[in-house]
Amino acid sequence: MTAPANIVRSWTCILFVSALAITGECLIAAAMRRLGDLDRLRTRRGLLGYLGPIRAVLSSPIFLIGALCMALNFFAMLFTLSIVDLSLAAPAIGSLTYVGNAIAAKLFLHENVDRRRWLATSFLAIGVVLVSR
Amino acid sequence: MTHRLQPSQYAILLAVMLTASVGDTLLSHGMKQVGAVDLHHLSLLWRALFNPFIDVGILLLIGFFACYMTALSFADLTFVMPATAFGYVVIALLSRFWLHENLSLYRWIGILLITSAVGFVANSPSRTEHPTLDQMDSGLGR
Repeated sequence: MTAPANIVRSWTCILFVSALAITGECLIAAAMRRLGDLDRLRTRRGLLGYLGPIRAVLSSPIFLIGALCMALNFFAMLFTLSIVDLSLAAPAIGSLTYVGNAIAAKLFLHENVDRRRWLATSFLAIGVVLVSR
Repeated sequence: MTHRLQPSQYAILLAVMLTASVGDTLLSHGMKQVGAVDLHHLSLLWRALFNPFIDVGILLLIGFFACYMTALSFADLTFVMPATAFGYVVIALLSRFWLHENLSLYRWIGILLITSAVGFVANSPSRTEHPTLDQMDSGLGR
């Protein structure tokens, strides 16, 4: 494969992995948001009481689709690592996921992503790239 | 509309920051002790489950998932994200002070940026309010 085709294939995989991660995390966030305060769902005191929240989470279809996305993301990551160096894939995917999460959260979760949070998100994206060097 | 988090909720965010990276580090250490696994020796994976580092690592990662999802139930995704990113900082610090690796200037700057991001969001409202939804909500748990 020629070099430009290689680069296109690598970045397509990286974007795909990021997209799956963003979709999965936003779906899980939406599901948890709908469930609200998990303490309300506890059936009794002690450790067994946590079965209530666990059952509520596992019976949420939004959560299950989100978890499926995260599982697909894991395998897509494994595939990407077989064709792209970890030193490029990890920070690239990390940064894209953080920025994409902020955008998706604003658009789909209607979170208030103000200037402070955008600044924090860009710090995260740059920081993740620098930490890998 | 500032939302003050309860101490227990701050504790959950702290757990999110620490459990994932410490759990991964313990898993990595444990698997190095178990040795290289290949298709002809898959039984090694079963033996790995009896390694104490791997057991504690798995427990910590389960704890991470529980805390991460609990955090998402009371805070925005963009509020919890910096807490998850802080795991990178923990890994870098662990490699410096436990494994005695040398961290480059880039890495220290990256650590500074991620820590600043955490600081930025920590002092802001944790949750976006939707007035119409709130009227329908009975307000339990807040």
